[in-house]
Amino acid sequence: MATLQTTRNNRFITAAASGPVRSKAQQAKDARGFRIASAIVLGLLALLWLLPTLWAIKTSLSSNATASLGAPAILADTQLTNHSYSVLLGSGDLWNWYLASAITSSLTVILTVVFASMAAYPLSRMQFRGRTVVFLLVVAGIMVPTQVLVVPVFRELAAMGLLNTYWSVILPQVPAVVAVFIFKQFFDGIPRELEEAARVDGASYWRVYWSVIMPLSRPVVSAVGILTFVTVWNNLILPLFTLSNPKLMTIPVGLATVQGSYGQRLADIQASAILGALPLVIIYFFLQRRIVEGVAGTGLKG
Amino acid sequence: MTTLTTPRINVARPGSAKRGAPQARPRQSRPAWLFLAPFAIVYLVFLIGPTLYMLVASLFNTSLVKSGFGSFAGLANYGEMLTRPDFWAAMWHTVQFTLYTTPPLVILGFVMAVLTNRVGRGQWFFRLAFFVPFILPSASIALIWQFIFTPNTGLLNGLQALLGLAPTAVLANPAWAMVGVAAATVWWTIGFNFILYLAALQDIPRELYEAAAVDGASPWQQIRFITIPLLGRTTTLVVLLQIIASLKIFDQVYLMTSGGPGQSTQVALTFIANTAFTSDRVGAASAASVLLFIVILLIAAARELFTRAQDRKA
Repeated sequence: MATLQTTRNNRFITAAASGPVRSKAQQAKDARGFRIASAIVLGLLALLWLLPTLWAIKTSLSSNATASLGAPAILADTQLTNHSYSVLLGSGDLWNWYLASAITSSLTVILTVVFASMAAYPLSRMQFRGRTVVFLLVVAGIMVPTQVLVVPVFRELAAMGLLNTYWSVILPQVPAVVAVFIFKQFFDGIPRELEEAARVDGASYWRVYWSVIMPLSRPVVSAVGILTFVTVWNNLILPLFTLSNPKLMTIPVGLATVQGSYGQRLADIQASAILGALPLVIIYFFLQRRIVEGVAGTGLKG
Repeated sequence: MTTLTTPRINVARPGSAKRGAPQARPRQSRPAWLFLAPFAIVYLVFLIGPTLYMLVASLFNTSLVKSGFGSFAGLANYGEMLTRPDFWAAMWHTVQFTLYTTPPLVILGFVMAVLTNRVGRGQWFFRLAFFVPFILPSASIALIWQFIFTPNTGLLNGLQALLGLAPTAVLANPAWAMVGVAAATVWWTIGFNFILYLAALQDIPRELYEAAAVDGASPWQQIRFITIPLLGRTTTLVVLLQIIASLKIFDQVYLMTSGGPGQSTQVALTFIANTAFTSDRVGAASAASVLLFIVILLIAAARELFTRAQDRKA
């Protein structure tokens, strides 16, 4: 960190600002001016970023006829209607999609949390034959781009007769190798004294894992759980190819059919985009801190 | 396009993992493997299995309709891919997408984070504005942006008319379609970089800024000589993750343009999916997958090496 070194020696100031030293008052003025300018730029960026969503919401509250007239008509429309929402929530499709997304996401979360934490426990605590190989396999697994495997996974699921079942969405997403790492890292930080006392008292490894380690691991369970939930809820490429029955489609696959099947029902299309995103927005409001920390700490990106 | 990858966790340190562990006890092998078994089974079936299948199928004329691998093709699938113009076009479009998205995602993400950190107040609001799109389904994002880009009646063309500009049919024009996909992607995923930068900014000790202010450094100089250098690590991470994510782009293209107009936005993964599912050529698609796989692995490995080199320096 050569740069840090320089700043520590304070040499950078002389290098950077060799002009006359500015007065305290001037400096305070500069700082305030800078803060105001920052606030303005930031406010404009935030508006720009909110605009697409606000536009979708505004459109979804107009009639389909108004929405097809174009941007000025939508903007001028003051007769808000929840027609699109009642149509969408009244038809069965959307509820089927919600159900499919809720079931597949929840089951994947449960299986991932249990399987990954179980796998992390021996990696953190035990010596066993094949440990190095397991470790290398896990490291290799983390680099595998799962999207690229969609064709062979599809063939495998077809051979197992699992196409058009929720399992075709759940099972391929359970081996999230990164979850093993997150758990192992957390377990490494738990002091051993507790479980050693339990072991001396004759508790089995399973009991130690289940009654000592897991209760201490709530923060990491929720982090892995939330990140897995969001990932599975949003996954498009896997269910796109494995689910063709409209009753079983998850939200992303269902939404992918909307553009074609709703045609000119533009307000309905925007309302479906909003409704598809809504559950995650609600989750965000309840779990803001955990989601942000989870993303910053582990990185959820594909 | 969301799978979990791990930027920050320091992986693969078997050496340090052994530290403090009890001496090798063979009695632990059985329970250890029982704990590993459930994960190991899904890992083998849905990660190793498909990878091996892909490698083998790339050497055969595998089809979707027939079971088994079909007739042996040797390296013909690879030869075909490497000489097919549409394969290279898809690869080039993927690179194009990377070039369009990476600079704005890095620069804007940085600017947003620095300004949010400077302004101090109302962080929840800026997180809401910048970060929330990132956790929403790509399908919602695609519907919203397709509507904005609707020729003539859409919001973009409306704004252009207001400014007296000629309307651009973004997604219908081969020259602009990828730009439209990139714009939607920047809007959608900037939150990830924003959050990473914001977290890194909060790790910079306040005293550095205070000392600099005492020495007469302007806010701009503070950013230039303290913030930017100290966030170098995060920038490298963000850029490499962005490149890897861009190589795997599928959702936005599939949803917004289906690779069109013409082939102008066909990217690696949509090309692979078409080759397998539309042209029914699983063998050829597998060969293309292997090639993409290798590129992604090389970049992922470069990232690993880079992080470790930086760790050693730090």
